[in-house]
Amino acid sequence: MLYSEAGQFSTRYAADRRLFRLRQDRLGLGLLLVFAFAVVPQVGNDYWFSAILTPFLVLSLAGLGLNLLTGYAGQLSLGSAAFMAAGAFATYNFQLRIEGLPLLASFALGGAVAALLSLVFGLPSLRIKGFYLIVSTLAAQFLVPWALVKYGWFSNYNASGVISAPRLDIFGLDLSSPAGRYVLTLGVVVALAFLARNIVRSELGRNWMAVRDMDTAAAVIGIPLARTKLLAFAISGFYLGVAGALWAFTYLGTVEPHGFDLNRSFQVLFIIIIGGMGSILGNFLGAAFIVLFPLLLSNLAGLLPGGLIDPGQLENIQKMIFGALIIVFLIREPEGLARLWQQFRARLRRWPLRY
Amino acid sequence: MSFKKAFKPLALALALGSISLGAQAAAEQYFPLQSYRIGPYAAGGTGFFGGFIDYLQYVNANGGVNGVKLTWSECETEYVVEKGVECYERLKKGLNGAPAAATNPLSVGIAYATLDRSTADKIPLITINHGRTDSTDGRVFPYAFPLQLNPYSEVSAIVNYIGQRVGGLDKLKGKKIVTLYHGSPYGKETNEVLEKLASKYGFTLTLLEVPHPGNEQQSQWLNIRRIQPDYVILRGWGVMNPVALKTAQKLGYPTDRIIGNIWSNSEDDAAPAGAAAKGFISITTHPSGTGFPVLQGIKKSVVDAGKGNLADPKRFGTVYYNLGVVNGILNVEAVRIAQAKFGNKPLTGEQVRWGFENIRLDDKRLTELGALGLVQPLKLSCADHEGGGAVRFQQWNGQEWKLISEWVQADRALLRPIIEASASKYAKEKGITPRDCSKEI
Repeated sequence: MLYSEAGQFSTRYAADRRLFRLRQDRLGLGLLLVFAFAVVPQVGNDYWFSAILTPFLVLSLAGLGLNLLTGYAGQLSLGSAAFMAAGAFATYNFQLRIEGLPLLASFALGGAVAALLSLVFGLPSLRIKGFYLIVSTLAAQFLVPWALVKYGWFSNYNASGVISAPRLDIFGLDLSSPAGRYVLTLGVVVALAFLARNIVRSELGRNWMAVRDMDTAAAVIGIPLARTKLLAFAISGFYLGVAGALWAFTYLGTVEPHGFDLNRSFQVLFIIIIGGMGSILGNFLGAAFIVLFPLLLSNLAGLLPGGLIDPGQLENIQKMIFGALIIVFLIREPEGLARLWQQFRARLRRWPLRY
Repeated sequence: MSFKKAFKPLALALALGSISLGAQAAAEQYFPLQSYRIGPYAAGGTGFFGGFIDYLQYVNANGGVNGVKLTWSECETEYVVEKGVECYERLKKGLNGAPAAATNPLSVGIAYATLDRSTADKIPLITINHGRTDSTDGRVFPYAFPLQLNPYSEVSAIVNYIGQRVGGLDKLKGKKIVTLYHGSPYGKETNEVLEKLASKYGFTLTLLEVPHPGNEQQSQWLNIRRIQPDYVILRGWGVMNPVALKTAQKLGYPTDRIIGNIWSNSEDDAAPAGAAAKGFISITTHPSGTGFPVLQGIKKSVVDAGKGNLADPKRFGTVYYNLGVVNGILNVEAVRIAQAKFGNKPLTGEQVRWGFENIRLDDKRLTELGALGLVQPLKLSCADHEGGGAVRFQQWNGQEWKLISEWVQADRALLRPIIEASASKYAKEKGITPRDCSKEI
């Protein structure tokens, strides 16, 4: 009933091609955005903004970046954190060295630098596939943090190599408060997510999926493999670079190269595996799972009376529960949380009919 | 608007409720503990926070600070920056109405990430023996306190000690010193100042980087054997330290020419190297040992009462544990000093900051605290958030650390201009107007 399509007809091609064809989807998304932009900043507190919502959004964006590459174009990568680092440091240097450059322009330029870098590391994808490609992107993961530590120029010769974010203002509006940071992050993430949804439905997105499913066949029907793959790397790099810049500027406020180590790449990879490959929504679900669940467990553990369990033990127990949950979810639905939502939605659309 | 109006009475009622709740617990001062008990640096975390918590328990057992009891809760960071930030945000509000006094993350990364937040929230950020060097300048960093010893003072004191060993700083000319540093922001922090010291005293400095985590150092030590330096300064971290000592022994470099820095100075750094560590020298701001009256007091009223925080009671009195106790003493002393000005009640972070800036620890006060010889005399001010800058040197005899020197002072007059320059560069980058310290009371 809720998802009934009765009476919704597309009378024009444009209506049939819109991003969200169902009225309920459009309405739901609109309400969600109004809630996120207007209500949450009013009712949330610092803890929610700085410790939960901002990292959730940034990691969703990072997941989105990797998902475009891995989930849609089928190119495996373990260099996500390196491209995030490149984006973060590039944004910092643009802000530092170009007087009066608007913050959003710095984010875009930082993303562009990460895109170029990603393009370079994507070149081997023209010759190799699968696990071998992982190894070449792994090279980025080691090279980039090393270069950032080695050459002081990147961190403006800061003694310890740690950069700190400048003031955050956009059009003269000071966004340094936790709520302001959240709104800024949300704005960037929502805009880029819409862009991504458009890209994957465009010719380019369809080429990516063709290459993912079988690149020989794709080449036979005339899809330019090199261009398609390299564009996937570049666009994915752009998204990751912006995510890295947000991570550094709106979330932590400082960043050091070691914050973007291999573990971060794995974290982004787990987000898309748990959330769902080849899905935009999946990145948000996966990031929510990865970010929120440990926090929930940790907060629950904090409610236990002190001294009941040794604090070190308690931490290890939380890790075990979290690990077990990941296994349970993946056994229940190997294609990720997004798939669960799709099935649920499909059922709602048919309701009350069974099949 | 009407939505807000409708909820106003409810919000008021809630606020009143929380005030009455707060009044109940009003006689407590809260310490948010961003501790780490698991992960690669658990040895440091459990020792430090064990000592810190035991000291707070000891103060409570003796009636609290002028009747104000201390309370605390822990949040696990695993030494990971994001987790530390999350813990900071979770704990900063205080506990049941007890306001937070200061945060002590014991991690350079977390300290960097919470620096701006601490300033905005007006909660002192204590980075004892580590942290960002230029945060010593309290005019630009009003809420950051690298207490006792910042990284620059650390290397300066080491160079001064080497000067003593070779018979005067003027004899350093022409000597060869190698610094083996951990390839991380922490490791690199002092390279610049070491180069300045080298050109001032005329010794030859070679900087050798050991990539993280440091379990392979063959090539670096072969290099050292070729250079034949008079001393090696080990700026290590975790597993890098025992590996350095073992490799040095294997390649025949004398262990008593290796001087470990403040993160290479614990039992956990020397003991795993076994016999190779014998003779290894390191700096410390506080000796290990259980002989100090304050430690005896903790033993009597906390550990023997079965309330000790350490899982392994044998670690009582080790370097990390005692650092926790020292940190506890300094935090509580700041609260006590601030109470003298603001009244014997739970204080806000801003008031406790005043307490930190007015810490005056002389021998008389240290004797009263039962910590003479454990804590160095310390005098902080609005402009100087470090205070001490002195270290003692200890040598590993195969079983435990033995002190081999009196307090060696860093050349703080030489370092101050470098720190101020760096702080003002930061102030310019961030658009901060430094405080005028003559206006602070």
